[in-house]
Parts: sequence; C-alpha cells; structure tokens
Amino acid sequence: MFQYVVRRMLWSIVMLILVIASVFLIFFVLPGGAGGDAPGGVSKVAILFAGKNPRPELVKQVEQRLGLDRPVYVQFARYVGKALRGDLGTSFQTQEEVTGALLRRMPATASLAFGASLIWLAMGVGIGVISALKRRSLLDRGSMVFALIGVSMPTFWLGLIAVFAFDSGMQIYDTGSYVPLTEDPVQWFKVMWLPWLVLAFVSAAIYARMVRGNMLEVQGEDYIRTARAKGLRERSVTRHALRSALTPVVTMYGLDLGILLGGAVITEQIFNIPGIGDYAVQAIRSQNLPIILGTTVFAAAFVIFANLVVDIVYAALDPRVRYS
Amino acid sequence: MPTNEVLLEVKDLRVHFPTGDGLVKAVDGLSFKVHRGETFGIVGESGSGKSVTCLTALGLTNLDRANVSGEVLFKGQDLLTLSKEELRGLRGKEMAMIFQDPFACLHPFYRVGDQIVEAILVHEKMPKNQAAERAIELLAAVGIPKPRDRFKGYPHEYSGGMRQRAMIAMALAHNPDLLIADEPTTALDVTVQAQILELIDKVKREFNIGVILITHDLGVVADVAQSVMVMYAGRAAELGSREEVFSKPLHPYAWGLLESIPRVDSAGERLVPIEGAPPSLIFVPPGCPFHPRCPHRFEPCDKDRPDLVDRGGGHPDACHLTIEDKRKLWAEREARRTKGVKV
Repeated sequence: MFQYVVRRMLWSIVMLILVIASVFLIFFVLPGGAGGDAPGGVSKVAILFAGKNPRPELVKQVEQRLGLDRPVYVQFARYVGKALRGDLGTSFQTQEEVTGALLRRMPATASLAFGASLIWLAMGVGIGVISALKRRSLLDRGSMVFALIGVSMPTFWLGLIAVFAFDSGMQIYDTGSYVPLTEDPVQWFKVMWLPWLVLAFVSAAIYARMVRGNMLEVQGEDYIRTARAKGLRERSVTRHALRSALTPVVTMYGLDLGILLGGAVITEQIFNIPGIGDYAVQAIRSQNLPIILGTTVFAAAFVIFANLVVDIVYAALDPRVRYS
Repeated sequence: MPTNEVLLEVKDLRVHFPTGDGLVKAVDGLSFKVHRGETFGIVGESGSGKSVTCLTALGLTNLDRANVSGEVLFKGQDLLTLSKEELRGLRGKEMAMIFQDPFACLHPFYRVGDQIVEAILVHEKMPKNQAAERAIELLAAVGIPKPRDRFKGYPHEYSGGMRQRAMIAMALAHNPDLLIADEPTTALDVTVQAQILELIDKVKREFNIGVILITHDLGVVADVAQSVMVMYAGRAAELGSREEVFSKPLHPYAWGLLESIPRVDSAGERLVPIEGAPPSLIFVPPGCPFHPRCPHRFEPCDKDRPDLVDRGGGHPDACHLTIEDKRKLWAEREARRTKGVKV
C-alpha cells in the first residue's frame, strides 16, 4: 500500500510537469504565443507591455524583466522549478503574485465546490437509491423524469434563469455580494445557496441516474442472491448492494470535486463569485499569461491530486485493487 | 442412507411469469419428494425449470412478478403460505443453497470469514468472536487449509474450488436440514468437481440432511444421487432411483440425455445429440412438450399431455408409449449405440 502511494505521488509530479509543458507549448511556442516571433525577434507580450510604438530598447528591457529573452526551454525549466516550489510567477499587469492571488480566491471557489457537491451527492445518491429500491413506482418514474430534465439543462442557462427569477423577479436573492464564510456565515450562506443549487442540479441528475443504474445492476448479482439465501434481512441485503453500487460514486465524486476546485468558470461568472474561475476569465480577457498559466496549473494540480486521492480511496474500498 | 422422513414435498407446483411477450411457464405442474439422507438429483437442459423450482421453494423468486400455485411442503409446512419474514427465518437456517458460479456468489468487498460470520449471526445471537471461531471451524470442516488465515481472506484470494467450499461452509452454518446445490460444479475444473461432489456427499452423511442437486450433467447425478428427476420444459419427464433411471430409462428425453454422455467403454462410437432445441417456455408445445423433438412420437403425443405416472415400468414417467414399446425401443437404441464397442 505504502509503495503504491509513493509510486502514485511520483507519477503525479510527472503528470504535473507534463501539464505545464503542454500549457507552455500552447502559450509560448505555438503561433501567436509569447515566443519571439514578432518582427525584430522580440516577444509580442513584451511589445504589449512596452506601450504604444515602443522603442526597441524598451521592449528588450521588458523582455529581460519578464525573462522572455531566454530560450523557451530555459523559461520552462525555470517555471517548473518555481512552480514545484509553489511560485507561479507574477501578473504581467499588476505585479501581483499569482500564487497569493489564487490562494486568496480559493475560499470562494472552495465554498462553491464543497457546498454544491455535497448537495448533489446527497440528492443524487438519495434519489438513485430510492428509485432503485422502489423500481417502477411512481416515485421512481418521477425521479427519472427529474433526472432527465436535470441532465438536459446546461448550467449557464439554468444559472441565468435562476438569477432572473430570484434576483430580478422575486428579489429574494442578491447576486454579486459574496462574503467569506469567516466574515459573516449567515450572509455567506445567503449568497451561496442559489449558486450551489444551480451548480448541483445537473450533477445531482447525473448521479441519481448512475446510482440507480448501479443499484439495479448490483441487485441482479449472484452475491446479492447469496445474501438473501443465507437469510439476511432486506436492510442488510441493501447494505451489501450499496457497498458495491456506491464505490464507483466515490471515484466520480472525487474527480468532479477536483475539477470544480480548479474553478467553476460559468457559475462564478453568473453569480459574481470572486473565485479561481473568475480569475481565469479575467486573465484570458487581458492576455495576462502568468495568470492563465497559473490558473491552468492550479486546476490541473487539483485534478491530479483528486485522481490520486480517488485511487488511494478506491484501493481501500475495493480489496481487489489493493497493492496493484 | 435415505430415510423415510420426507423433508420436502412439492405438489403440483406452477411458477408462471407474466411478461410483455406472454406468460412464461417456468414450472408447470411439478411434484416430487425429497427424503432426509438422500441426494435428489434434478437433471435437465437450461431453461427446464430446475433452478426456478428451488428458488421458489426458498422464496427467492420475485413473487410480485410471478404467479405461483401448488404446495411446497417443507417438514410438513407449506412454504408458499409463509410470510416473507417467516421464509427468511428458514433460509440459511433450515434450508441452505449454494450456487453455480462461486466466483460471483461471494461479495467481492467483504472478507470471506465476515460473510460466514454474518450468516451465523443473522439466525443466532452470540458474541462476534464466538461466531468467528465457529466460522473457522466450518472452514476447516469443508477442507480449507489454514482456516484461521483464510478466514481473513477476500474472495478473490480464493480459488474457484475454495470459494465453493466457503459457500458450503456458509450453508452449513446452522446445520440445515436441506441443502440445495444449484449446478455446484459446473464452473469448476473436473478434478475440483469431484472434490466438491465428494464434500457435498460427506456433508450429507455427517449432517444427515437432504440434498437437492441441480445439474445438467447426468454424470454428476450418476456419481452421487440416490433419486433422479429428469425435467423438461418445466415438467418432470421421469422420476426414479438412480439405478432405475440409468439402467431402465423410460422417457425418450432421458434416452437422449443418456446417449449424449461420452463413455470410455465405447470408444469409437459417436455421441448422439438430441435433435432440436428446448422449447420456448411461452409457447410450450401442446400435449407432450418433448414431442416435436421425439423420434418415437405417435398419434396422441401432440394432443394429450402425459401425466407423470407409473405405466408399469417400475417408476413414474410422462410418456404415452406402452411399457413394451419403451423396453423394445431402448434396447434397440442401446444396441445401436454399443455396436462399435471394442471389447
């Protein structure tokens, strides 16, 4: 087990470096990137920062300051070295440290991600299990219609409708007044409940369908028949079934949460939540490369970390994958 | 040795499943008795209703989706009239069942020992460590080496034969009166098959229980069963002691089954398959369900359904042929079959 974890950790670092490499490739090397393909062999980005019609010396100066005059591989190596130590560079525009900015924005994104994911987990698993146990009942059919509606509604649309209905219409929700949990928990909750529901809705539907499907499949397994044959009460039989049906949900939940912690771009935009996703959108609009890189690497780190955690947890849950 | 005590008596059992395509008559008028101390073999092709019969007896068929009629008397008590909870109280305690695929029958996420402990504790209150000791004893009793270590193992760490042993150990947790073994050796290697059959036989003798052995393999029945029921399309075609059914079979379907077993003593002879395929259980042929495949069918076969009665052959069968015709036809078929035997 220990060896397995160590091996996976090392692989995670390799993965992270590969992700940084691809981001570098996209933003620095490919045409239109920050590399020196502008007239005069200077970086376009440097020109961008040197102001209108800059003197070449100034551009060179900017290049030097941003490290853009070095060969790409040197820049890459420096970036990786710093990134692994947690330094994601500074914003081109404001000189703000990217890592610091990300960490400051993290609580907002984390609030959104954990809140929404707990809601969809509870709803999805609850609805899925009850539907499977009461198969073909009115409850089951109703739930599955709900699930169908849920998976058919894109978040950006649902979010806008929600804002329209609750903010402009009923005026029971105030968009754009995020307060950190530590400052005012009540206000925090008042601001977060709607984004949570919007973000949770689609996933709750997907989870409900998955859990129901898993449960129905598992209920047909021979070992469930064995459990009945030895005289177990239905409650225990259901426990046996849940153990198998919910294990894949753990995997899915971990990965989804990991993705979400890297920034919920659409929901953060709609509800004006100052999180990572919002930060990334701003950076893309202003071509602020260090921040684009930083948010991408940050998000990738979460996904990789979530993968690692999920695999370790899975090995603990399913004895068949242990030590492999 | 078989005793006179009737453990299980099935009377005119019918299990019908209404489906979108029609009524599936999985079991259609089946009667038999199982005595304490005997192994009762039920033989037939897939879909002949063997498993459904036993699952229904244990209350494991989904009664919301099946129409069940008839009687299943277990030690005099009609199981079909019991509540779900009463049946659950009997399952695993007085009647136990083991299944075909030992790879799929144990829960992959729970330790084998814990699964046996669970089977013990559901019917008997005792401290957990005492139940664990009992489980280890059971594992030892079914011939699992190092039972104390194996107790902590997961199913995937067991071989197929060991898993079936573990299933048997679990089934024996409460000294049941009746053990139903549904194709217990089908998924196993031949050498392991023999061991498992031997184990079931030993269990039967030592615990003095009745065993129902469901199989499609007449060879298995020939090894261990005292009584044999040949099933076809949800009905009994022939019912008798092992000696009777193997030496003086009366039903053409039984002949077909016997002829399809390879025999070492008749090298060079060809195996004779039964023509055609088992019928759909929705559109069961009228009259004798076997008549479309039967080479000896005659006038009443497609109209009158033959009952399972003794027609003078010494044990009951469900075939319209006269006993003289049956003896003659079987003798001819035997002669044809053993013609090329090198002595």
